[in-house]
Amino acid sequence: MHENQILAESSRVSRRQVLMAGGAIAALAAVGMPVSLFAQEKLKVAAIYTVPVEQQWVSRIHKAANAAKDRGDIEYVYSENTSNTDYERVMREYCEAGHKLIIGEVFGVEDAARVVAKDYPDVAFLMGSSFKSDDAVPNFSVFDNYIQDASYLTGIIAGAMSKSNNIGMVGGYPIPEVNRLMNAFMAGVKETAPDAKFQVAFIGSWFDPPKAKETAFAQIDGGADLLYAERFGVSDAAKEKGVLAIGNVIDTQADYPETVVASALWHFEPTLDKAIAEVKAGTFKAADYGVYSFMKEGGCSLAPLGTFEGKVPAETMTMVTEKEKAIKDGSFTVEIDDSEPKSS
Amino acid sequence: MDIVEILFTASFWVAAIRIASPLIFATMGELICERAGVLNLGIEGIMTAGAFAGWFTVYAGGDLWTGVAVAALAGAMFGLLHATLTVPLGLSQHVVGIGVTLLATSLTYFTYRLALPEVTSPPKIEAFQPLPIPVLSEIPVVGEALFAQTPLTYLAFVTVALVFWVLYRTPLGLAVRAAGENPSAVEAQGISVNAIRIGAVMAGSALMAIGGAFLTMSAFNSFFFGMINGRGWICIALVVFGSWRPGKALLGAILFAAFDAYQVRLQQITGGVVPYQIFLMMPYALSILALILVARRATYPKALMIPYQKGER
Repeated sequence: MHENQILAESSRVSRRQVLMAGGAIAALAAVGMPVSLFAQEKLKVAAIYTVPVEQQWVSRIHKAANAAKDRGDIEYVYSENTSNTDYERVMREYCEAGHKLIIGEVFGVEDAARVVAKDYPDVAFLMGSSFKSDDAVPNFSVFDNYIQDASYLTGIIAGAMSKSNNIGMVGGYPIPEVNRLMNAFMAGVKETAPDAKFQVAFIGSWFDPPKAKETAFAQIDGGADLLYAERFGVSDAAKEKGVLAIGNVIDTQADYPETVVASALWHFEPTLDKAIAEVKAGTFKAADYGVYSFMKEGGCSLAPLGTFEGKVPAETMTMVTEKEKAIKDGSFTVEIDDSEPKSS
Repeated sequence: MDIVEILFTASFWVAAIRIASPLIFATMGELICERAGVLNLGIEGIMTAGAFAGWFTVYAGGDLWTGVAVAALAGAMFGLLHATLTVPLGLSQHVVGIGVTLLATSLTYFTYRLALPEVTSPPKIEAFQPLPIPVLSEIPVVGEALFAQTPLTYLAFVTVALVFWVLYRTPLGLAVRAAGENPSAVEAQGISVNAIRIGAVMAGSALMAIGGAFLTMSAFNSFFFGMINGRGWICIALVVFGSWRPGKALLGAILFAAFDAYQVRLQQITGGVVPYQIFLMMPYALSILALILVARRATYPKALMIPYQKGER
């Protein structure tokens, strides 16, 4: 072989190599874009709710999950209105379908849900529950709306806004989640109206607005001029009779601009985002996520006064701001009291 | 406020009549079905369907009375389904009734979700407002309770009068009652028992649906899944309580509602000492007691729950 030929040969090869290398770089670049964007695969999250997503409590979870989905962190599917008798089956179906984080509420199926969790150790469960987490079921964490901080602040405002010092409270059932917020609210009221009288009633249903409304009417007849609206229907009674109301979990002031003074809002985002991060990092374990509903974690807040801006006494709002600050820096803790509140 | 004093306040009676209104409609509906010989356990589901149909019609732009009419129509359709299965086909009225309840509730929810896939809270409508009748509404206590209600409540009382008049004062009513007592006698008159029964179940179901619509269009202004909350089952008991008579059934509905209005007021007074569950239970416990006292000697329609086969003896 002549030298020339060798040179030509080698140069041809090298040209091919260059072309190949160039192609590979182009291919890498093409693939590389999404790789860098989706450094981690989207987490498959499924939610199982026992009530429609309009229900106040569930609506907050649904909102947080949709937010995470819109951010591109998760894939989100859900089943609503799942009866407790069906709950376990739906849990298993989602596990079988490859979802990695299951959220929901197991207040009516505590034991069955934990059995499912044991059967699917690779799936993370984050469930609303009346019980605490248990290391025996390491993939099963619990949460609840521990928004007593915000409820307490609304109580301070309520105490200042009630003229008759007679406050009506209508709840669904006296379960810990409801009691805790009512008790915190009442403690708040006592700050500004130490001699306030409370009328407490439970309607024995989550979804019976006409009944909640009738109960609220009865409390207004009994002298209440401010109502704690734990259920749908209460603010309607307040609006009709021209008295005030305090909202719970969601902000309904837009519907009742002259009625709803303040609301204690629940934000599920810190709870869910923490769980998503833990699952992605592979560090998810049995824990009580209830603390992520605390005010200092951003899990709850006082809704803006909105239409009632300027109508609440300034010294009351100063007190609210001070308490809010104290709650956030940890110098003041709102008591968590799950006992059934009573009329006084 | 004193425990007895409550009973003399106007607001208590206003509440009692308001709570009674949906029960009055649905009880009259059930009564018509049963007088014709058909037990309609579809009542709970039909009320749910009516509550949704009426409310949704108004939400979609219809006026309130159109809503009531659509609710009635939806009820009549479920009535037709029930009657087709139980009257000509003669299937078990218990099974069909429960089936209709399950179907109507699920179908309602399905429709609701299709129509409103992403809402944060169920939308509200402009519901019926109280319409005080001049002069009459100024009578103390009684006037306020009876004549300062919404138009749908007045319609409930008109319905009772109408049901009474039709059942006892018209040939049609005679045929309906005979279909529930002795269908052969109806057949002997050349009247179709099946036609009478199907008609009665459809009319009765329409009234049940209006009862449901009362909850979303008068007592409240939006639809919630599960808001019927057992009211339909109460009406089945009220028909028995009323010995299958419109007047007595009306009294029963008002009595039950009065118990209910009373218990929410008692909860406020004695709350903290007596568990609230006792009060919630009270209307039901008292109703059972009243049922024992009143309905013991009631004569039920003799052909109730017995399918009629033409020519069979």
